[in-house]
Amino acid sequence: MRESTFWPRLLAHPWILGIAGILIVLLLWTAVTATGLVDRLFLPSPAAVLAAGQAQASAGILGRDLVASVTRVFTGFALSAVVALPLGIAMGTNRAICQLLEPLMGLIRYMPAPAFIPLLIIYFGLEELPKVMLIFIGTVFFNTLMIMDAVKFVPHELVETALTLGGSRAQVLTRVITPCIAPQVLDTYRINMASAWNLVIVAELVAANEGLGKRISLAQRFLRTDEIFVGLIVIGVIGLLIDLGFRLLMRRACSWAN
Amino acid sequence: MHLSVDSVCKSFGEGKARKLVLDTVSFSISSGEFVALVGSSGSGKSTMMRLVAGLERPSAGRITVDGVPVKGPGSDRGMVFQKYSLYPWLTAAQNVAFGMRLQRLPQREVQERTSYFLEVVGLSDAARRLPRELSGGMQQRVAIARALAAEPKVLLLDEPFGALDLQIRESMQEFLHGLWQRTGLTALLITHDLEEALLLAQRVHILAPRPGRIVRSVEADLPPGELAHLRISPEFLALREELAACLRGLDGGLGL
Ligand SMILES: Nc1ncnc2c1ncn2[C@@H]1O[C@H](COP(=O)(O)OP(=O)(O)OP(=O)(O)O)[C@@H](O)[C@H]1O
Ligand SMILES: [Mg+2]
Repeated sequence: MRESTFWPRLLAHPWILGIAGILIVLLLWTAVTATGLVDRLFLPSPAAVLAAGQAQASAGILGRDLVASVTRVFTGFALSAVVALPLGIAMGTNRAICQLLEPLMGLIRYMPAPAFIPLLIIYFGLEELPKVMLIFIGTVFFNTLMIMDAVKFVPHELVETALTLGGSRAQVLTRVITPCIAPQVLDTYRINMASAWNLVIVAELVAANEGLGKRISLAQRFLRTDEIFVGLIVIGVIGLLIDLGFRLLMRRACSWAN
Repeated sequence: MHLSVDSVCKSFGEGKARKLVLDTVSFSISSGEFVALVGSSGSGKSTMMRLVAGLERPSAGRITVDGVPVKGPGSDRGMVFQKYSLYPWLTAAQNVAFGMRLQRLPQREVQERTSYFLEVVGLSDAARRLPRELSGGMQQRVAIARALAAEPKVLLLDEPFGALDLQIRESMQEFLHGLWQRTGLTALLITHDLEEALLLAQRVHILAPRPGRIVRSVEADLPPGELAHLRISPEFLALREELAACLRGLDGGLGL
């Protein structure tokens, strides 16, 4: 009796298939490495990767790398988010500002951010600043333009209703436009956060003392594929956690939009 | 209160693309009156409403409230749009309170008036619901309550029931009629539904299209009473038939 309701219910859980997908890949990975068909140098076994991860963690390397990369991503992205929000709103509400900046941003947006690394190193040296700036440059234009679009899609009835209720322009901005675009802003941040992670790894590959990307490039030098796998998996897991965090925040703060 | 629209023209576009949408329109409303503008689609009804609301400026002519020219939108002219314009992130009660909060009324007054106006539109039970949890008719009633709560001198209704199906439409007409009789509000109603205009308004202006201009104005002096009876009374039917012929003539003149 019990089983007949337990299994369908478990299978109906939205996460169950996703977890199954991950487990299947893990299983295949284990199986392939167990047969010894593939050189261990190319594909280390899950156990070897786990061991490498534990070794890094107990030596404190993993923690330091994690803190270094996460700090860079969060600083750069926070800067980008804080600049993009008012700028995007200004461009979405004011035609002159939009006409002035949109072509410029459209142009810069298509310049690959990693191509700025040499310039940033010349300008800011090899410390934290160039990495933070890279993340800033690589995400601020996308954030701004996506927020601008969200503002342009605010139904004008909502704005005009506020005006006919005696609202001022400032009140329209704070009471109508800001709450109305909140879900899209969170979604914009969630999507562009992924590029921030890409960029921090690229920046660390080029020049850094620590960080997850740096560890990967060091691992390559010593042919430690197991450590490369550790880096990749850790980056993936953190990215996923941030994504889930944004989704949770969205569900909490903008339940009306679901 | 006296709202006066005096020889107002409105055109959009420049040069060759310039298009005259309203041509020398004049009418007026005084306190307690219910006036309707009727016209087919594209006759410039919404444009007229937006001019009165101050959301657009006339190309020529004057719009005044108590002698003061309209320079922009203001809380003395409350507007209800055809499409649902409730704030989706606010509950019904918060929507009704929205205008009062913009005007920074004291908290207690906001609460009292919110529950009063929710009661007026018969939605006290729905106070905590979000707009997406309300039916179309309920949403429009909240929008009307929100406009009324800001205490406008005149209520501007731009096809407020245009998106509702026939049955709800009729009950909303009854609701609005009752509201007018009870509260003595002043309203300008825009509609393409002749019957709606004649039932609700005391004075009906017929707007001819391309360019929009008033071709006929009638006093709809129907005996007071229930709308359901009024709908089938001989006076009403005769008036409706006469004006319907007038409207058909306008469209026929365009070879439609
Ligand atoms: N901002 C604008 N720019 C250019 N043309 C406009 C603008 N607003 C309205 N028009 C034109 O003015 C004419 C009248 O439009 P309006 O919306 O006032 O008509 P309406 O009578 O409300 O029609 P409907 O019954 O479909 O709502 C239309 O031909 C429309 O294309
Ligand atoms: Mg219209």
